[in-house]
Amino acid sequence: MNNLLILPLLIPLCAAALLLLFKNNVPAQRRLSILSLLATLAAAVALLYQVRTVGIQTLYMGAWLPPYGIVFAADMLAALLVLITTIVAICCLLFSFGTVGEQRERSYYYSFFQFLLVGVNGSFLTGDLFNLFVCFEVMLISSYALIVLGGTKRQLRETLKYIMINILSSTLFVAAVAYLYGVTGTLNMADLSLRIAESGQGGILNVIAVLFMIVFSLKAGLFLFFWLPGSYSVPPAAVSALFGALLTKVGVYALLRTFTLMFYHDPGVTHSWLAGMAAATMLLGALGAIAYSDVQRIMNYNVIVSVGFLVLGLAAASHAALDGVVFYLLHDMIAKALLFILGGLLIRIAGTSKLTEMGGLIRQHPALGWMFFLAALSIAGIPPLSGFPGKLLIVQGALEQQYYWLTGLSLLSSLIVLYSLVRLFMGAFWGEAKPQAKAGKTPSFAMYASAAGLTILMVLIGLGAEWVYSFVSDAGNTLANPDIYIQAVMKE
Amino acid sequence: MSLAIGVLFAVGVYLMLNKSLLRIILGTTLLTHGVHLLLLTMSRLKTGAPPLLSEQAERYVDPLPQALILTSIVISFGVTSFFFVLAYKAYQKLGTDDMEQLRGDNDE
Repeated sequence: MNNLLILPLLIPLCAAALLLLFKNNVPAQRRLSILSLLATLAAAVALLYQVRTVGIQTLYMGAWLPPYGIVFAADMLAALLVLITTIVAICCLLFSFGTVGEQRERSYYYSFFQFLLVGVNGSFLTGDLFNLFVCFEVMLISSYALIVLGGTKRQLRETLKYIMINILSSTLFVAAVAYLYGVTGTLNMADLSLRIAESGQGGILNVIAVLFMIVFSLKAGLFLFFWLPGSYSVPPAAVSALFGALLTKVGVYALLRTFTLMFYHDPGVTHSWLAGMAAATMLLGALGAIAYSDVQRIMNYNVIVSVGFLVLGLAAASHAALDGVVFYLLHDMIAKALLFILGGLLIRIAGTSKLTEMGGLIRQHPALGWMFFLAALSIAGIPPLSGFPGKLLIVQGALEQQYYWLTGLSLLSSLIVLYSLVRLFMGAFWGEAKPQAKAGKTPSFAMYASAAGLTILMVLIGLGAEWVYSFVSDAGNTLANPDIYIQAVMKE
Repeated sequence: MSLAIGVLFAVGVYLMLNKSLLRIILGTTLLTHGVHLLLLTMSRLKTGAPPLLSEQAERYVDPLPQALILTSIVISFGVTSFFFVLAYKAYQKLGTDDMEQLRGDNDE
């Protein structure tokens, strides 16, 4: 029992409720939001420290012991993800000061921001499948609000589609939960794992597993990503940074948890499906990334490629591959937030999101240019930046499982990603400055600070990979051996 | 029971494939109702006393599905009302509720 586990949910939740009171006092809202995130950060660090020194932490709500009642469990993976989520959220929050506009700030923007974090942190920490659904919904409902806040025509149009897709996938989620409950009679993840192991993963459980795969793929943007490029390009940059960094990753986390803890007995069916979907995602995402000349679109397709890459590691499911997935997941959350923030700055400065109308920005904004270049290299996986160790481990794991053509495809997609981002870099920063239709605005210090913070973190993770790996391998170890997680949750 | 679920799912899916936004939203509500009934059915329809220790009965019903359904109903209620408001707002601003016309700009 450890009450610390609830803090990463409770702090943003209370802050969100408090923020509702300060509707018109924007400075107070900003201060309170930052304060709440810093407190969450402290809780996340403390949690990580405890998981590191003592082992997996659990919290039984109302002291109902599992398999009854609601369980929260933090293994290394969840603790790391909560920490990185909070860091990314702080940077996105700093970036939203001054970029989202007074109108949004007065329309409960910061409240929704905090509610979103409640959902994301809750999804990482919960140990109960139905509670995962609830946390998903908390996250999604706040994301609906964030995406439509502002109410332009494009936003309304894309939000309609976004909501519809998500309602459909949530409905399927409940249906899958219903079937699973009918078959096993429990919804506690650790208990589910035990019961599935007992009964063997037969035909019915495979069908349920595939149903879960469809649900989480819709959320993660794995193969079923048709909704993503449109809806992620309508909200302001701070919001799409948050979405690109966190929302799809929660879907990937759910896939990771489901297919390493519960449905790992029949990899011939489930994992080969995952591998196929990962391949298609990487290929289509890479094609999308080079097909468009709109900065927003290129970034959105980059999100999709990385989801494909992560799931390739999950499909390989060896120890090295799972280590790689965890490492790459951490890297990708930071790198995608950074990419979207830099992209947002770029669009702000240039006054347009069309690549053909930009050029020569490196003269006025050298810092932005070089940060963008570093981010591009890191996403493509060039050593010594943070993308490299994760990629290396995933490729190594996939080769161990003899996924030769898939590995080749993933490396090819990395190259295409590098090409698309370098094209963006060259188009926007090199060449002659174009006469601009509308003059862009110069970014403030806080916006640069948020981007610089993420860049430094990214470089540090790359340079200190050995130290980070000691955490990551712990997380990967728990994923590869579900018994550790089960024993920690079911022990009392 | 399973027949009712099947009908709800079929009608829900049919409505969601419609062009009109209003029908799509109604489709999603029917679909959620179908799922709630599914949840109830999958946990096996049993007769028994309420799950309280003081009841001294031989058989108790399973309280968990009802808790789950209640949670899910609340969530779907919230989302549906938000969806309706959004659809109304979109209709006011965009002047149409035909999904064919809401595809997206050609220049994107």
